[in-house]
Amino acid sequence: MKREGKMQVWKDYQKEIADDHYFYVRSCIRQNFFPGAEQTFLKILRAELGKDIYENPHHTSCSGIAYHADVVPFDTIQTIAARQFALMTEAGYQNFAVSCITSFGIYSEIIETWKEYPSELEKIRNYLKRATGREFEVPQNVAHASDIVYKFREEIADKKKFPLINQQTGQPLKIVEHIGCHYSKMFPAKGVGGAEFPNVLVGMIESWGGEVVDYPERRHCCGFGFRQYLVMSNRGYSVSNSRKKFESMEPYKPDAILCNCPGCPMFMDRWQYVIEEMEGKTYGENGQGIPVLTYEELAGLVLGYDPWDLGLQMHQTNCEPLLDKMGITYDPDLKYAGKDGKLIGKPTMVGCGC
Amino acid sequence: MKNFGYSIIKQRTIDYDQFDGRLLNEILEMESSFKVCLSCGGCTATCSAGDLVSFNVRRMNLLLRRGETMELESEIKKCMLCGKCMLVCPRGINLRNVIMLIKKSILKYKLSG
Repeated sequence: MKREGKMQVWKDYQKEIADDHYFYVRSCIRQNFFPGAEQTFLKILRAELGKDIYENPHHTSCSGIAYHADVVPFDTIQTIAARQFALMTEAGYQNFAVSCITSFGIYSEIIETWKEYPSELEKIRNYLKRATGREFEVPQNVAHASDIVYKFREEIADKKKFPLINQQTGQPLKIVEHIGCHYSKMFPAKGVGGAEFPNVLVGMIESWGGEVVDYPERRHCCGFGFRQYLVMSNRGYSVSNSRKKFESMEPYKPDAILCNCPGCPMFMDRWQYVIEEMEGKTYGENGQGIPVLTYEELAGLVLGYDPWDLGLQMHQTNCEPLLDKMGITYDPDLKYAGKDGKLIGKPTMVGCGC
Repeated sequence: MKNFGYSIIKQRTIDYDQFDGRLLNEILEMESSFKVCLSCGGCTATCSAGDLVSFNVRRMNLLLRRGETMELESEIKKCMLCGKCMLVCPRGINLRNVIMLIKKSILKYKLSG
């Protein structure tokens, strides 16, 4: 196909991402799993890009995990989402920026439901009014936080201090990108590149100097799956999925894994340790594991932020091999130091590759 | 090995690069009618043994063609060699001979490793 034709086709795979003035909703689990990621996102948007982004402390969980576990019914989760939209409306915003992929899928599903069945929207307006007295407008634009970083990837690249280049070899770092299933597999039109060619993380990696690893199980689920990990005896399904991906990517010797979902980096990070304990197998070069990062953490590293301020000490699989390759200097003694220098406690169970 | 309360499930991916086709090739060579099997399942539907235990002739064919001979060895023991499968086979395959050949050849390859 001619380049012009390709460009024409590619236009169909784009989504509209608001340019400024975002109402930000955090993720319940990302604040625990990767506590520095969301703060880094806000810092990049405000300090580096000069954007207006607002978050309201009254925002609650979207209850997506309970919904997918069949604990919360659809009417309830619609009303909870409506309350978040009411907070956005009250604050004077129209662009909804979502940190979590599960929440992003939930909001997309609910808004699509309201488009298809306007009676549902009226019903939920009524429920919310009766329960809280609040009213709301449906957001004009719903973007995942990774969409926003993707949109401004070149601006971030212009400010980069540490490109995704292996400083020891001069070659681009080989990065595995992993998209959360609920980002574009449920509603392909809601993701950059759709379900077939998700480009949201690819764009970041390539703009910041890295090389994307294409491997057979690239689009396989990480195994997070709510029903898989909520019940302990089912977690074998989850770790088996992750292992399938690790086995598939291992021959390509990736330097890092980049994710845009709460669950994917959590499990791809932690399961490496579990597989090491259960089967004695360690992935990555020299048995050090493959570092797993969120896109905010990677953007922070590229912009030269301190790795410990980004929260990389909270990862089970050590990130130091990646930092060394990027040429980032860090103080190992400060790894477990808090903001005021006070020790936050070193884990007694050391991480994968430690 | 640590016990976390769950186990890692083995992959069900069939790796054809690791495929040992010796048994399949020998059966196809010695009973060429087996080449035309279309996996219709008529053999399974009429199977006397399958009426009593979980024996599935069509699955046996699948296991053989996938090279999953370990499972095939235990499955094949369930056949009573009644031959009803041959009466219904639309391709006229000599299934009784196929089963006998599998029994013999499995033993041979098991001994040779």
